[in-house]
Order: sequence, then C-alpha cells, then structure tokens
Amino acid sequence: MTTLEPRMLEPEAPAAADAAPTGHDRMRVDAPAKVTGTAPYAYEQPVEEPLHLFPIVATIALGRIAEIDDADARALPGVRLVLTHANAPRIRVRTDAALTILQSSEVHHRGEIIGAVVADSPRVAREAAALVRVTYDEQPAELGFSIDDPRATVPRRVNAFKHGSYERGDADAGLTRGTLVEADYSLPMEFHSPIEPHAVTAIWHDVSALRPRSTRLTMYDTNQGTGGHGALLAPVLGLLPTQIEVISPYVGGSFGTKGWPWPHLVLVAMAAKRLTGRPVKYAMTRQQMFRTVGHRPASKQRIRLSVEADGRLGAIDHQSWAPTSRLRSYVDQTVSATRMMYDVADLRTIHHAVVQDAAPGSFMRAPGEFSGMFALETALDEAAHAVGVDPVDLRVRNEPAQDPETGKPWSTRNLVACLREGADQFGWAERQPVGARRDGEWLVGLGVASATYPNMYFVPNRAGVRFTGGRYVVELQASDIGTGAWTVLPQIAAEALGVGVDLVDADIGHTGLPWAIPAGGSVGTFAWGDAVVAAARKFRRTHGEHPDEGDHVTATGRMPRGSRGYSRHAFGAHFAQARVSTVTGEVRVDRMLGAFAAGRIINPRTARSQLIGGMTMGLSAALHEEAHLDERFGHVVNGDLAGYHVAAHADVGDLEAITLEEHDPWFGATGAKGIGELGIVGAPAAIGNAIFNASGVRLRDLPFTPDRLFDAWGQPTASGTRATSP
Amino acid sequence: MKPFAYERPTTVEEAVALAADGGTYLAGGTNLVDHLRLGIREADRLVDLTRLPLDEITERADGGLVIGSGVRNSDLAAHPLVRTRFPFVTQALVAGASGQLRNMATTGGNLLQRTRCVYFQDPTTPCNKREPGSGCSAVEGFGRYNAILGASEDCVATHPSDLCVPLAALDTEVVVVGPSGERRIAFGDLHRLPGDRPDLDTTLDPGELVLAVEVPPLDFAVRSRYRKVRERASYAFALVSVAAALDVHDGTVRDVRLALGGVSHRPHRARIAEEALRGRPATPDQFRSAIEAELGAASPGEHNAFKVPLVRNTVVDVLTGLTEGSAA
Repeated sequence: MTTLEPRMLEPEAPAAADAAPTGHDRMRVDAPAKVTGTAPYAYEQPVEEPLHLFPIVATIALGRIAEIDDADARALPGVRLVLTHANAPRIRVRTDAALTILQSSEVHHRGEIIGAVVADSPRVAREAAALVRVTYDEQPAELGFSIDDPRATVPRRVNAFKHGSYERGDADAGLTRGTLVEADYSLPMEFHSPIEPHAVTAIWHDVSALRPRSTRLTMYDTNQGTGGHGALLAPVLGLLPTQIEVISPYVGGSFGTKGWPWPHLVLVAMAAKRLTGRPVKYAMTRQQMFRTVGHRPASKQRIRLSVEADGRLGAIDHQSWAPTSRLRSYVDQTVSATRMMYDVADLRTIHHAVVQDAAPGSFMRAPGEFSGMFALETALDEAAHAVGVDPVDLRVRNEPAQDPETGKPWSTRNLVACLREGADQFGWAERQPVGARRDGEWLVGLGVASATYPNMYFVPNRAGVRFTGGRYVVELQASDIGTGAWTVLPQIAAEALGVGVDLVDADIGHTGLPWAIPAGGSVGTFAWGDAVVAAARKFRRTHGEHPDEGDHVTATGRMPRGSRGYSRHAFGAHFAQARVSTVTGEVRVDRMLGAFAAGRIINPRTARSQLIGGMTMGLSAALHEEAHLDERFGHVVNGDLAGYHVAAHADVGDLEAITLEEHDPWFGATGAKGIGELGIVGAPAAIGNAIFNASGVRLRDLPFTPDRLFDAWGQPTASGTRATSP
Repeated sequence: MKPFAYERPTTVEEAVALAADGGTYLAGGTNLVDHLRLGIREADRLVDLTRLPLDEITERADGGLVIGSGVRNSDLAAHPLVRTRFPFVTQALVAGASGQLRNMATTGGNLLQRTRCVYFQDPTTPCNKREPGSGCSAVEGFGRYNAILGASEDCVATHPSDLCVPLAALDTEVVVVGPSGERRIAFGDLHRLPGDRPDLDTTLDPGELVLAVEVPPLDFAVRSRYRKVRERASYAFALVSVAAALDVHDGTVRDVRLALGGVSHRPHRARIAEEALRGRPATPDQFRSAIEAELGAASPGEHNAFKVPLVRNTVVDVLTGLTEGSAA
C-alpha cells in the first residue's frame, strides 16, 4: 500500500489567480445570488398571470372513489377548474403507474393524488380543495411487514440493477467456523426533506389539435436532471421529449426526491393544458412532502456471521426485508455492499420484498448502501467485541485483495488507509473498554464504521464548450442540487482548456443543452467532468488557442476504455464520540471524524460541504429521523418537520472530514470519485458502536432515541418502575 | 384556510366584545395560524390582541410578579426579576421553540397552546379533541409522546408547554376577563384532564381572555431548575420535563415544589411527591421513593412506558442537583 498524505478539508483562502483551476478552494459562484435571495428557484420564476393549484388526495389506503362532490368548490369565487378522473386528459402511454394519475376511480394508497383545484390565488385553491367531498368504497389494505414475512418474494433485480440474491461458497458451513454473531436490525421509513419543497410552474404553448407537433410545454421545476425529467414526462403527456422544455437552474436540496418525476408534475401539466394560455403554479406543502414524492423504504435485516479468534470473518449471511408499493416497485439494494466489502469466502445475501398498499418508495441518499452498511458495520462491531479484537484491526484483517464478488482488481481501494489515518487523527487509541469512561451522568464512548459507495457511471454524457465575449462557457444538462456543479464544472473546463477559472462560465440546469445524466448516484462531478474534458480538448483541437467569437464544439465523454475490468468504489471510515445520559437515555454526539479516499478532490471547499453534509445526515438518521407509517390508515402520521425530526444545529458537535490523496483514472478523466453519498454511509453505525462502547447497550434499531435505551435497561412493569439504568 | 375578518382592538373591553360577537383571540399566532392553515380550526373573525396594553411585567409589593398575557416569551425569559427570583421560568422558556418563535409567542398564548399529538395535527385521522366523538387514534397508534398520568380512553394527549411546568409549581394565579367580568383562577384549575370531553383543554368560559399571570413570591425558588428531556438537543417538544424548587435546611427538605411536563393532559403538579418529601431527608433515595409514589398512578402504554423510569430518573437528578447546590 502506498503512503497517502491526508488533507484537512478546512476552508482556506481562495486560491491565487494563477493557481491550477482544480484542487483548490473555489467559492460557490452561485453563493451571492443565493444569500441575497435573488437566485430564482422554481416557484419564483416570473410568469405572466399565473393560476394556482392545490391537489385533492385520497384519505383511504385502498379502494375506489364512489363519488366526488365538488359543487361547493366550484361555487367558490376565483375557482377556475376542478380536475378529477372524470374530466382529466387521457394518458395513453402508461410508462409509470405512479405517474398515470386521474385515469380511473381506483385508489392505490392514502395520500394519492385524485384531483386538483386551480384558482386565482393559492389560498382559494387550498380552501376549495378542502371543500371537495369524496366518498369511497374502501377495501382492506395490506400494510406492515416483518422478517421472514410469508408474503415476501425475492426480486430478480433491485435498485441500481443489483441482483436480488447472490451467494458464494457455502454460507451455512462457514457459519459453523468460529464464533457466531446473529442479530436483527431495523431502519424506519425516512424522508428526504430538502429545505426547498417540490414546486413547479407549467405553461403550454400553441396547443392545437390541427398541429400537434407545434405544441410545446415549459416547466419550471426543481429537479436533479432536466433532460431526464423531460424524457420521462413526455410520453405520459403525449409529447415528444423535444416538445418539453424543463428549467431548473437552482435546486434547494434533493437527496433523491427530485431525481424522478412524481405525479404532481403530471397533475400540474394536465391542469395547465385544460387552462391553456395561463401558467399554473404549485408549491408543495411540507406535509405533502411526506405523501407522493418518495422516501427511503423501511428495512428489517438479519445478519448471521462467524468470526475467528483473530478477527477473520468466516462467513456472512445478510438478508433484508423491505416493503414495496403495489403501484410501483422499488427495492433498495440493501445487502449489495456486503458482497464486496470484506474478504469473506462463504456468503449469502438476499433481498426480500413485501408488497404494500402504500406510496412508492425511491432512492434516498446512498440507497441500499446506507441501510445495509448500518447493519453490517454494527454486526462487525459485535464480532470485534465477541472475540476481543479492536474494531479497526478487525476491518483491516478482512481487507480483500480484489473484489470478492467479481474477482476484479480494485481500481483504487484505500479503506485501510482511511481506517488508519482516521484512527490516528481522531485519537482512537484513547478508546476505553466498554462502560469505562464516565463524565458525570454521561457515559462516553468511541465507535468506528467503514463507508463505501460504488461507481454508478453507466451512460455517456455530452457537453459543449462555447467561446463568447472573450470567455468560455461550458454547456450541459447538469444540475446543481447544492453540490457545487455551477462552481466545479468551470474548474474542470478551465484546467482542460488551459485557462484561468475566472474565464469560464457554466450554462446548466435546463433542457436544450447537451444531454447529461441527472445528478444522482454521486456521479455528477466525474461523469459530467469526462464530457467537459472531452469537449474542452476537442475545442482546442478544433479552434486552437485563439478562438473566434461564437466558436463552439460538442463532445461525448465516455467511461475510460478498460474501466469495466476494474471494481470501482470509493471508501471511507467514520469515527464518532457519543455520550449517553444515564439519567435520561439521551444520546449526544460530541464529535465525528470521517476519513475518505474519494479520488481527486476538485474543489476542497464544496467537497467538504458534501462530506460533512453526509455525515450530518447520518447523525440525523442515527438520533432522530423516523417516519411512523400508521398501518391502520396507511400514511405517515408524523409527516411534518415538527413530527419528523432532523438534526438541529445543537445536535451537531465537532465535525471533521479529511480526504486522502487519491487519483483514480478508471472513474474518468478527472481522477475524481463521487462524494455526495459516501459521507452518510456507515455514519449511524459508527454512532451506534460508540453508544455500545460508552454504555454496553447494543442498539440495532434506528433511531437511537431515549425510549430504546430505557427498553434496553429494562422495561418497567405495568404497576411500577423496576427499570434501572447504570 | 377560509377567509376571516381581522380586528385589532386597542382596549380589553373592545377585545372581549369582539370575541363575544364570534371572534377568536389571536396572540403571537405561533399555534393558531398553523391550525387555520392545516384545517384543524376555522375562524370567522380573528381578534388580534397584540395592541392591548398587556405586555408589562410588574413587581408586586410582596416580591411576586404580575406578567401581562401579552408579554413575549423572549422578554419574559430575559427579565432580570424572572432570571434571579424564578430561574426555572427562564430555563423553561429558553428550552422551548426557537428564537424566532419566542419573539412572537406570548405568555397567554403559551398557557393555551394545544397538544402536538400527531393525530390532532392531522385532520384526516380521527381525534376526539379535534372532532368530538370521532375516536382517539393515539391510544393504539404512534404513542411515544402519549400521557402516562390522568389520560382517559378518549384522549391520551399531553400539554406541550414548557413555561406552564414551572408556573404549575409556583401556585400561580391566572387573571381572566370575559363577558361576565373578571375572575381569578388558580393555575392548577386552569387546565383540565381529558375525561370524556378532551375537546376542552381548559376551564375558561367561551370568550374569556387571559389578562395576566400572577406569580406569588417564593424565596427558595432562587434555587430552582427546569430540565427538559428530548432526543433532539433543541427545537423539540419534551418527552418529559421536570420543574423543581427545593428548600433544604440541615439536610432536611423544608419545602419543595415539583411539576412535570410531557406526562399529562395538563401541566402536572406532583403534590404526592411534594408531600412525601416535606420534613424528610434530602437524599436521592428519598427523592426516588417520593416520585415513585407520585408515579404509582401511571398507566403507560406500549410506546411510552419509558416515561415512567425517565420521569423518576430526571426528578431524582434535578432534586439531587438542587440539594448539592444549596448552601445549607
């Protein structure tokens, strides 16, 4: 293993003008517009005389609409349209059941969109929607699932095209060697909850039955990829992709919820079509953000593993059970990371899915890796404790020489360096035996967990470079969802063009630009970067060092030739110090340190934001986030930010992210890997493992709330208070 | 939200008259405005109280305080006499909400804020408090925040206020005025247990307006503490909370005030525990048996059983801390 120089990711002074364009801090170019409130988000795009929409949603989990009485709503002054399945435009191309709304009286889940009111003001639309009376023929819904659920099936493929089931060697035989560690883990349903809720404005132009191909639809939306949204919505709306213009320059966070078009987009487009000539606007309420825009599905997992006295793993059997919507299937690739993470010859990994009459789930920051690595990295801590091996050492001892799933060599894998360097910087050597460190009423402990995230770059991207006004513009359908694409893409282009970064602008966030994949799977910087580098090089080849006004090229970036011969992943290690109150069961996290080997860092400033943002979201999942789906009703009952807690400032202690020097040519021309999701993977396990080191209590169910500590300390009897805490 | 008329009276008489004529009082709006938006509540006419002369804190001759109902939470928390004489009042206030909300929220509104039970907040689920007779979804539902004391089969909601917990401990009186004149209500009589009328949070008559909260002097409240337990370190309602003032002399409890939040439909004054402590040794064991006596009546469900040992531990911790901090 090469020696790697760690780099502290702390904000530094902006680089000198003559510094290399990449590898140095660059302040966000969109920051002034954002902090002054002048960056136009989707709802703020100026349009002429808009109308306002508010949806009508189902209040049963399964059944049929018997009757819709909208007389009172129609009578309200200012109401322009009540849209229901009775009068909605027909959808002829049914590519996605979740988008095929208002086509029948069927109700598939509580909260499903069954209509809308459009009015002159948002207030009237909302009031009128509340006046629409819907009666139903209700049917009993299937909700709830368990480990070993008899209804469960094993999907052939789960999210990201991963196999539903995968085995190697003989797991059952392997489990008989060494000490057996066996436990069940669970994660609740989680919601993306970006600060900017979904919002959209739809405007139809030239709607004419005589000339259907001259029709155009403009949608100001907030999403992770304008081209993808346009391509997926077009057939549902009876259009060609070229007939939809999608504009989304600024996105107030997403975490996956804006990566796929959701039914409200179809609803607003339908309503605007009925009211041709007037823009129709809709801003989702926070409560509606918990209904039809996806979520991380709950997960229950069982791990059985065997470990030798020296910390070597014998075998792992890791299985997951998760709900999936009858309306549209989605299953996280929960146990897939277990297949490649450690040197285990005997392995069984299976995803089980249980169909539910609930809203569809979707990808949320590090789908699969997040859930599975919580269980796996907790189980490894249990294994380390069972055989008395340091948890860092145990992970190092199970380091595989090549990918045990595919047999391919690693493109780069510096997990061990992350563990060692992170341990060093964090002060891991100060870790005490379980329960040994006390600070007043608080028990204090340290925990570690590994992080990993795969290369999800599957399709080529295109980018353009244009010379205008003495400056270069890099053009592609990239989306900046808070990650820093506006800032980083010019850095990559400047380096490839051999000019200062201040001479390069970006044009991203709308259709009509060269095709690029949506901002998802942490691929943006290196996959888009490939296309940007290709375009910059082509520009120089074509137009030389002294281009003329208007010179322009477009080029395609492809995965490096031969990259499929390598197993390509990013790695990291989380370290956490947690304290547990022996009085209240409250858990607080004093400090966290993440050490990451994620390829070349293009912009340390925005990279740090991504990594500590992921760590914060992991902390939030560890301590707070829990959507309660009430199986009697079929919806989340704590669906707002008062009921669904995310970490507040006071919850976040000393957070530090360091990156190790790494350059991975097999990810792309930039040498960078993805960092948007790596920072969240494993973070909850590190905190849970720190809680165990502090208190001796092993928590296997997220989040780690005080009731769970008291449960572990001993339930009170019905009549009294037998429970004791240490 | 339905359209409503909006009135801004400048005198109490005017406000009461407007309320008698179908008006709904609006103070800081941090609770009611949400409810109007969510469809939990409707109003034809809002009577904005913020122009009434009710925003003063005055000292009584006996050392007690008169807190106008319009005094903002942030002003009350920062007041020198509150901070020095009743520190647990300041502690409770700053443990609640956020700086922005505390700048809006008023003393009177805080007394009358409604439960945060998730089923009450969701107009699509049955709730006896919101819609009498529709049933209680919380008894067998998401129950971590449910009451453990004084609940009924019709309602297991808890009162969400932080401020009310020390006020309950202080023998406060609430001065109200309504169409039939002014009256004083002992703080312990203001909030109700749910019984079979969970729609009624308080004993106020329709149209009655809170004018002031009167806090009698309590010398030993200079040593008082509010401890709030929650899984999020800020900006969250309490799982449970404890307000206590303790007077210890020669190792013996001379007097004690103890109230609990997050356990009941009303701020819970722990009178059984107080009685069990007066004249007894100020020791953790004594504190523990006293609060266990108080919790003897607890009837937790599956999801809130942890509140019983949690309250016990927190009370023992707070009282022990006050004992150690006392000079005597």
